Amino acid sequence: MPAIENDVREFVTDNFLFGRNSVSLGGDDSLLEEGLIDSTGVLELVMFIEEKFDVAVADEELVPDNLDSINGLISFIEGKLEEAK
Amino acid sequence: MQLEEFLEQTAARTPDKVALISGSRHVTYREIETEANQIAHGLIARGVQRGDRVVLFLDNCVEAAVGVWAVLKAGAVFVMANPTTKPDKLAYLLNNSRASCIIAQTKRLRSCGAIWAETPHLRNVVVVGDPADVADCTHSMTGWSNLVAENIEKTQPPVKSCIDVDLAALVYTSGTTGNPKGVMLTHASMVAANRSITTYLRNTPDDIVLNVLPLSFDYGLYQWLMCCNFGGTLVLEKSFTYPHAVLDRMVKLGVTGFPIVPTIVAILLQLDLTKYDLSKLRYFSNTGASFPVEYILKLRKLLPEVTIFSMFGLTECKRVSYLPPEEIDRRTDSVGKAMPNCDTMILDDEGNELGPNEVGELVVRGSNVMNGYWEAPELTAQRLKPGKIPHEMWLYTGDLFRSDDEGFLYWVGRKDDIIKSRGEKVSPREVEDVLHQHSDIAEAAVVGVDDAVLGQAVRAVVRLQPDAELTVRDVQSHCRSFLEDFMVPQQVMFQDALPKTANGKIDKKLLVQA
Repeated sequence: MPAIENDVREFVTDNFLFGRNSVSLGGDDSLLEEGLIDSTGVLELVMFIEEKFDVAVADEELVPDNLDSINGLISFIEGKLEEAK
Repeated sequence: MQLEEFLEQTAARTPDKVALISGSRHVTYREIETEANQIAHGLIARGVQRGDRVVLFLDNCVEAAVGVWAVLKAGAVFVMANPTTKPDKLAYLLNNSRASCIIAQTKRLRSCGAIWAETPHLRNVVVVGDPADVADCTHSMTGWSNLVAENIEKTQPPVKSCIDVDLAALVYTSGTTGNPKGVMLTHASMVAANRSITTYLRNTPDDIVLNVLPLSFDYGLYQWLMCCNFGGTLVLEKSFTYPHAVLDRMVKLGVTGFPIVPTIVAILLQLDLTKYDLSKLRYFSNTGASFPVEYILKLRKLLPEVTIFSMFGLTECKRVSYLPPEEIDRRTDSVGKAMPNCDTMILDDEGNELGPNEVGELVVRGSNVMNGYWEAPELTAQRLKPGKIPHEMWLYTGDLFRSDDEGFLYWVGRKDDIIKSRGEKVSPREVEDVLHQHSDIAEAAVVGVDDAVLGQAVRAVVRLQPDAELTVRDVQSHCRSFLEDFMVPQQVMFQDALPKTANGKIDKKLLVQA
């Protein structure tokens, strides 16, 4: 598993899956629709991205396309890292 | 009149008008009415009878909106389950209501395998999604789309079997005793509440109302029921998790009404609202928890053209009061006066009516008052007590209020220790029961503490067993596997001993201050 995906999955498993480890989360599954995330969760996610990858997330970037699935998160983080280069 | 006639009349009047916008779907009144009729015929064909309870276990989606009407059209009683309900609690709801049918998204049933053997009254499971996800279900199961397909020709409503004193809904709400109880609401009481509220909100068919609250929360549900009454459009969002995305949609769709709870205002006030053209927005309405005055003042400053309705209600009668918007700058902390067709009194413990500025219990009378708690006569007797007219029952709310010299109402607090967080009631006892199930927890107490965002935050104070080691996260994870999200404690504190009162009870007042 590539490094970014690994980190993202680990964070999501530790923080949002709680006792629901049996749920196999697909790359495109919506965290919101699976009932895994709420507004506090989004803020935790943003803090994680900013700290782990050393990038800044703007308010306007807090949209489902960027944050609501494992695959969305990966491409968002990749894009941010690319920007920072 | 029966509740579903609101939809039927509006669908007859404006069939091609968009009733519901959910994601990319724009659904007209005709489409809602037709599908609700098809599902209702399907439910009846599968044995759902007048007065049967049908549980809806869905997030905010088109099927949930259609399902409510379909259940009513079948003559049955709908029971909304919060989509984050865990299996044990779902089994409790199904058994307490003795539901004969559940309509659920398959993804919500994935971890519910154990409940099928424990729900003997259940005869039908209607699933939205892939039935393969619930292969372990031992009850008769069918897909939502199958029900529609089997009844594709049956576009007209089934023959009505109910009258307006029949039950329309059981709305489960937390109480001091731990297990939630079902508030019994008749068609007549829901019609009455619906009419009163749409009257004072001055709703018209031009209104486009945004709902980000769960339909399982009666405040969210009523947005849909009311839209179908006045013939407006409801924009149904799954949550307010992504405020920017929701605000973009508000602008794009020209939303005119936004029902909020203080938590949503807290988020709105953190954003730069000037980036959004909210010129179409006519009103905010707030209920569920007391509306912090500073929030109202800030909203007034940011959006002076938008009317604010500050309201008070409880599930047992839906809504009690609203502050006429022209009073908002003069009596910012008031929740106003009784809504149309509803009376209020403030009584002392002996039942004497109190004058201005005296604190007592708010008592409500009106057609909107519930018929009692489902199969819980003792709990019902604590809340519903005989009024002045023979056979009339008054609702004792458990909320402490005072009024000013002109009769405007001010919320003071609760008589019991119920917590109001994110606008929903949380029973400390229910959370404590879950904490006590953990073998590493020796003693636990749960209190509500003031919180700018949540209204009240849920605080758990825990004494661990000797040598046990648990983190805050461990305790929250444990709670999260048994409780709906809004009940999970945001604060967890560990103490070596819980403070006790003189008669040995845990001193919750001290825990609030800690």
